[in-house]
Amino acid sequence: MDSQGPPASTIKSKAGSPQPVASRCIHQDCLSHVGWPQDCQPSCSSRSSCSESTSFLPSRVTGMVLKAFFPTCCTSADSGLLVGRWVPEQSSAVVLAVVHFPFIPIQVKELLAQVQQASRVSLAVLGTWCHRQQESEESLGHFLEGLGAIFSHEPWLQLCRERGSKFWSCKATHQQRPGTPGVSSEDHVMLIFYDQRKVLLSHLHSPTVLPDCQAGDATASAEGLAAIFDTVSRSEVLFCKNQFDEGPVRLSHWQSEGVEASILVELAKQASGPVCLLVACLLSLVSASGSCRLWKLWPLPFIASKLSTCEQLRHRLEHLTLVFSTQKAQSPAQLMRKANMLVSMLLDVALGLTLLSWLHSSNRIGQLANALIPMADHVAEELQHLLQWLMGAPAGLKMNRALDQVLGRFFLYHIHLWISYIHLMSPFIERILWHVGLSACLGLTVALSILSDILALLTFHIYCFYVYGARPKHSPYSAHVCRLYCLKICGLSSLWRLFRGKKWNVLRQRVDSCSYDLDQLFIGTLLFTILVFLLPTTALYYLVFTLLRLLVVTVQGLIHLLVDLINSLPLYSLGLRLCRPYRLAAGVKFHVLEHEAGRPLRLLMQINPLPYSSVVHTYRLPSSGCHPKHSWGSLCRKLFFGELIYPWKQRGDKQD
Amino acid sequence: MEDKRIFSDICGGRLALQCRSYSPFCREFCVSCPRLSLRSLTAVTCTVWLAAYGLFALCENSMILSAAIFITLLGLLGYLHFVKIDQETLLIIDSLGIQMTSSYASGKENTTFIEMGKVKDIVINEAIYMQKVIYYLCILLKDPLEPHNISQVVPVFQSAKPRLDCLIEVYKSCQEVLAHQKATSTRP
Repeated sequence: MDSQGPPASTIKSKAGSPQPVASRCIHQDCLSHVGWPQDCQPSCSSRSSCSESTSFLPSRVTGMVLKAFFPTCCTSADSGLLVGRWVPEQSSAVVLAVVHFPFIPIQVKELLAQVQQASRVSLAVLGTWCHRQQESEESLGHFLEGLGAIFSHEPWLQLCRERGSKFWSCKATHQQRPGTPGVSSEDHVMLIFYDQRKVLLSHLHSPTVLPDCQAGDATASAEGLAAIFDTVSRSEVLFCKNQFDEGPVRLSHWQSEGVEASILVELAKQASGPVCLLVACLLSLVSASGSCRLWKLWPLPFIASKLSTCEQLRHRLEHLTLVFSTQKAQSPAQLMRKANMLVSMLLDVALGLTLLSWLHSSNRIGQLANALIPMADHVAEELQHLLQWLMGAPAGLKMNRALDQVLGRFFLYHIHLWISYIHLMSPFIERILWHVGLSACLGLTVALSILSDILALLTFHIYCFYVYGARPKHSPYSAHVCRLYCLKICGLSSLWRLFRGKKWNVLRQRVDSCSYDLDQLFIGTLLFTILVFLLPTTALYYLVFTLLRLLVVTVQGLIHLLVDLINSLPLYSLGLRLCRPYRLAAGVKFHVLEHEAGRPLRLLMQINPLPYSSVVHTYRLPSSGCHPKHSWGSLCRKLFFGELIYPWKQRGDKQD
Repeated sequence: MEDKRIFSDICGGRLALQCRSYSPFCREFCVSCPRLSLRSLTAVTCTVWLAAYGLFALCENSMILSAAIFITLLGLLGYLHFVKIDQETLLIIDSLGIQMTSSYASGKENTTFIEMGKVKDIVINEAIYMQKVIYYLCILLKDPLEPHNISQVVPVFQSAKPRLDCLIEVYKSCQEVLAHQKATSTRP
């Protein structure tokens, strides 16, 4: 069935050429890399001190147990040759497929060379597989041993299984150097079964695997378990041939019953090309119109930077551009990202449409509009009561009458202005709400952002009070607004330093001692006393309005948190973890199968899926920055010194 | 080859250690903790329900009773699934790695596998835990950038907490396997 091969030496060298197996001299200090044993003899310097004189082997760790990774789909396959990859650093043989009889050795080698070129994984014939169907197949064993001479590989693996028996027999033999008497040495063999389909489809998330390891890397890795996963996933080309093909070589692997595919997936792949092109054109039109000069006129950019709706819309536009870009995803991580964005946008739109249908049913908008004005009136009335209370003797505290009256009247006037503004808007409220409700079809996140902006606009007066009472560092408001509290605190702190005879050194950013003149000290002490006695009044007003402002900020913060959650949660990855846990692998786990003394150890390797928290952490989409970034400490500090608290981090704002 | 012995944990509870040797280079150690006792379960349930009944007597709202039942059930399920560990297993395979499995009372299994290339050694460490000095077995991991440094210490049998005598048995057995592994890995 197969031609008598040419003399042994020629075959060996022929077998040696397509496989880049680096052979190293085992003598301790000799670093020569050789192609064949005989070449080392003249150049090896430490040969005299070397105790290993017998076997000369290609580089592998001697004494290590040989691990044979065998696919579970091939356990019932007919006898044949084992084809796969040999990883010398870990002494493991990864079997990818079984080549059945009849075959021509030349064609098998050609196929392996083809696959090796396509996948850049060094494949070889690793040994023989013998599955005895009947008792009388003794000749098969002898024939298989003869094959070892044609496809030479170090070590040569021989796996054998009786029909219906659970226990296998495995042998791994090494060729001795020609000319040395003695039997070929054998290694201990450990059989590890793995599910080929699952290992092929899974993506290993291990700390040692670099996250941006591209699929187009030069060679397959040889690091631990990543080597196994890498080998199987890169050899996808080998699995394209199945038993119904007319090829010269018959293979057995997980796809040998017929290539698995899904009609929907194929249709989607065909349709995605033109759809992506169309949507990409539309999006480029939209972004071109968005970046035209009209929008750069002041005050539009300023308002746009304050409104979280514009931020959210921009964020969504970015996502859409990325998902529908015509470039294919370069790595599995990018593909997951695209999928996550698409699923989260779809969910967003679905939730938005639900909200829309709920709002537009049974005239909810009209009810909402009618309830808004009385609510605003009620809030204004409560604020007026509060100010009247502050202008009296709040909680029994005695205020400075003059300052009290000034501040109280100033704020009352503001409330009056605000209420008039609301009443002016009242005929248009229902129309506005209707149009805003329509925006929910763009997504729930957009609707929530609009809600947060409306809240900000309606409580604008509290914001004004707060701003008047505080001192913002980067306030966009002009300087004519008086910022009482912080001004007071600043004044107090510098006058307190004067009281003690010290000064703030701006150059050195520290407090230095300073000798003041008598008149400086006199004026300073007077002013200090006045400010100290006026402090309770301003502090109380500041406290009240800060609390109100904090309430509004909390509500806005919660809304932004919800928006951020919808934006950044990787729903596709979570769904994948739920339904196909083997796709996201954190590692592997081994299960020891039934064992009999004297037989090789059998293990089952299963995929250990990534825990949900790691899935969220790894595949989390970047948020648009619309969420609170304060820690509790900095919040308290800002409150005490009277700096403004924004509920969101503005893009382009400098850090404090 | 199996071997089962009784030891005790640091609080005095009863533990069972089962050692299995599948081959000279593959060994498994299984520490079983005492199961959930009916007495403690009944005690907790009675306490919760008495408290709920007391609240009901004050508020006259029957929702409290159904809430108490709900809380008891959910609490028990959560405890069995997330807290109560029945068995902890250590599987050491020469030239492959070390695997630690914790099985919970509800059947859930949590597995961690460490490749042999990352393992530096297995040692017994001493620690001060509240007012006690306890011993625990841990795996030392190598730093990938500097093989002589230790990057991580992974404790084993964390919830069973066996005493020193049990740990010594496991330690000796593991060192035999690791000695073979070290001997083969240092040869070029």
